[in-house]
Amino acid sequence: MSETNDDLRGILLEQVERLLTDRSGPDLLRVAERGEWPAALWEEVEALGLPLALVPEAMGGAGLGWGDAVAVWQVLGRHGAPLPLAGSMAAAALLAAAGITPPSGLIALVVPGEAVPWGRQAGHVVTVDNAGQVALHAAAGLDWQQGRSLPGREPADRASFGTPQAAGRLPDRLGPEAALRAGALLHAAQIAGALEAVLAMAVEYANTRQQFGRPIGAFQAVQQQLALCAAEVAAAGVAVAQAGRAAARRGLAGAEFEIASAKVVAGEAAGTGAAIAHQVHAAIGFTDEHPLHLFTRRMWSWRDACGAERFWARRIGQAALARGGAALWPDLTARDETEISA
Amino acid sequence: MAGLRFDLRDTPATAPALRAELRAFLAEAGKDWSPMVRAYSWMGFDREFSREVGRRGWIGMTWPKAYGGHERSALERYVVLEEMLAVGAPVGAHWIGDRQSGPLILRLGTEEQRREFLPRIASGELAFCIGLSEPDSGSDLASLRTRAEKVPGGWRINGRKVWTTNAHLCDFMIALLRTSPVTDPRKKHQGLSQFLIDCRLSGITIRPILDLAGEEGFNEVTFDNVFVPDNMLVGQEGAGWEQATAELAFERSGPERYLSSLPLLIAALDDLRAEPAAPEVVGRLLARAATLRQMSLSVAGMLQDGKAPAREAALVKDAGNDYEQALPEKLRDLLDPIRTPPQVQEMLGYITMVARSYSLRGGTREILRGIIARQLGLR
Repeated sequence: MSETNDDLRGILLEQVERLLTDRSGPDLLRVAERGEWPAALWEEVEALGLPLALVPEAMGGAGLGWGDAVAVWQVLGRHGAPLPLAGSMAAAALLAAAGITPPSGLIALVVPGEAVPWGRQAGHVVTVDNAGQVALHAAAGLDWQQGRSLPGREPADRASFGTPQAAGRLPDRLGPEAALRAGALLHAAQIAGALEAVLAMAVEYANTRQQFGRPIGAFQAVQQQLALCAAEVAAAGVAVAQAGRAAARRGLAGAEFEIASAKVVAGEAAGTGAAIAHQVHAAIGFTDEHPLHLFTRRMWSWRDACGAERFWARRIGQAALARGGAALWPDLTARDETEISA
Repeated sequence: MAGLRFDLRDTPATAPALRAELRAFLAEAGKDWSPMVRAYSWMGFDREFSREVGRRGWIGMTWPKAYGGHERSALERYVVLEEMLAVGAPVGAHWIGDRQSGPLILRLGTEEQRREFLPRIASGELAFCIGLSEPDSGSDLASLRTRAEKVPGGWRINGRKVWTTNAHLCDFMIALLRTSPVTDPRKKHQGLSQFLIDCRLSGITIRPILDLAGEEGFNEVTFDNVFVPDNMLVGQEGAGWEQATAELAFERSGPERYLSSLPLLIAALDDLRAEPAAPEVVGRLLARAATLRQMSLSVAGMLQDGKAPAREAALVKDAGNDYEQALPEKLRDLLDPIRTPPQVQEMLGYITMVARSYSLRGGTREILRGIIARQLGLR
C-alpha cells in the first residue's frame, strides 16, 4: 500500500475544508448536542465519498491510507464537525481489510467497553473481537440505550449485537485491537485539530479584548501562556501525523508505539491547551454563549476515549522497561529506519 | 498552525549504517566516562575525543570537501549528533565550531578565513566559544557594550564578555562587538559586528566562573586594548546583529535542546522495573521524546532545504527544554535513593544541578516564548 496519495489527499482535504467552513460551526454543534442528527451535513459528506475514503478503489472507495485519514480527521476536529465520520471511515477500512465490502451509510465502530458515538443513527455496526475477527451487523432492530458523553455532550449509545450479517479476519498487521487503536488514532487526530481552533480563538480574543488600555495579548503573562499552548498544539499535530505515517507503513498493530504516543501527547496537550484557552478567555469563555466550550468539552471527552493518557503510557512504558535501558535509544530510532512491514 | 509548520521528515537511507558505526565507536570510547562526564554532555570538553571524532569524518559533515568537510547531508549530521547526545558524549570541544562558527565562516567568511579555519575545525583541532553575553547584556543582547574601534590595520577591543562556556579551553571566540556607538537607543541593533578572536591574544584575561556544581564551565573574558587584525572581521561591518540572529536557527534547533538529560533515563531504566508507578511515567517520557525528536528532525529538514526556520527552532527549543528539565524530576520521584546504584544516583545529582542551564543557554524560556507569541500575532 502506498504511504500517501498526495494529489488525492490534497483534493479531499480542500473539499472537506470548504464544506465544513460553509456548513459546520457552533450553531450546528449546538443542534447536535440536543440530539438532532445533522442529516444535511451527513448527506454532503457522503456525496464527497468521505465515509469510504479509506476503502480500496476495487471495493468502491478512494484508496487513501491512515496517514491521509489523520489529516482529514484533524480538519474535522478543527471545525468541530458534529458527525461520527472518523469512526465510520475507520470501520469501513477495517471491513475492507477483512475482505468485506463496506455498505454505504453511517457505520458505527464499536470499541470494546465504550459507548458508540451516534449509534442510534448507524445503518451498520462493526465489531472486532480478540482474535481479529471483524463482524458487520445491520443496525435495524438494535435496541440502543441512548446516552451522551460527558463533558463532550455528544450522543453516545450502547447496544448488544446478535448474529452478524458478514464476518472476516483482519490481517495481522491490523491486529485484534484494531478498533481500539483506530479509535485512539482518530480521537488523537481530532484533538490535534480542535486544539488548533482553540488556540486561534484564544489568540484572537487576546488581541481584541482590551484591559488597562491595551489588548490583554500585549501582557507578557498572557503571551507566555499562549506560547506554551502553541507548543502543545504543535506537539499534538506532529504526534498524530507521525502515528498516521507509521500506521500507513506498518499497519495499526505495527504502529502501536506511535499511536500510543499520539494519544498520550494529544491527551496531555488537550488538558494544557484547554486550560490556557479558558484562562485567557476568562469569564466569557465560561458562558454557554461563547463557542470555546464546544471545542474544549469535546477534547476533554476525546482524551478519555479509547484509552486515556495513562492507559497508553503504561503500555509503552511497560514494553520499554521489559526491553531495558540498553535498548531504549536503539528502539526509539529504529522504528522508521528498519521497515517492519508485515 | 499560525504559520508554524512541522512537516514529517525521515532520517536518510544511510542512517542505519551510520548509527552502527557510531555505536561501536561510542561504546569503546565511552567505556570509562563517569556519570559526571555524561551529565555534562555537550558542555563537556575532551580534545582527544573531538580529534578522534574529526578523524572519523563526523565534524563539518555538510561542508565542502575543499574545506575539510565531507559533503554529507544535514540529516546525516543529525544522526551523528543524536547518537553522541544519547550517550552523553563530551562533545564540547568541537560542538560550537561544528554547529555555529564553522557554518558562519562558510557562509560569510572570506576565502582566506575558510581555508584557515574550516579544515582545522573539521579535524577536531580547533575549539570555538561564543562571545555574546556581557555583565549588563543578557537577554537584551543588543545592548552590549564591548567595543571594537578601528585602528590602522585592524581593530582595538575593550570590554568584557561573561558566561562564555569553555573559553579557558578554547582556541577562538566568535564575538559580537559594537563597532559604531549607539546614537539612537531604538537602533541599538545597528553598529554590531562579528569577529574571530584568538583566545590567547595579549590583553585577553580569562577568569573561570565556577558553576553551581563547582566545575569550571564558563568564564569571564576581559579585553584590554586587544588588537585584532582586519582579516578577522567576519561578514560585513555593522551587520553583526542580522548575522548572529541568522545563526539562531542552527543554534536552537538541534537535538541537544531536548536530549540533554536522556542519558539518565537510559541509565536508570533497569532499576525502575520493580517500581509500580514506573510504566506510566516512562511511557509519558517516551511519547514526548518521540514527538520532540520528530519536531527537531522537521526543523533539521527545513535547514537542509535551505530555509531559515528560526521560529520553529525557538518552539522546539522551548518545548525541548521543558522536557529535558522535567525528566530528572520525574525519575527522582521513582528512584529510591537507598537502593539506586551510586552511578545512577550520581548522574541524577549532576543533572539536577546542570538542568537549570537548559532553559537559560541559547535564549531563555521567556525570550523564546516571546518569539513564539509574536509569531502567533500577539503584540
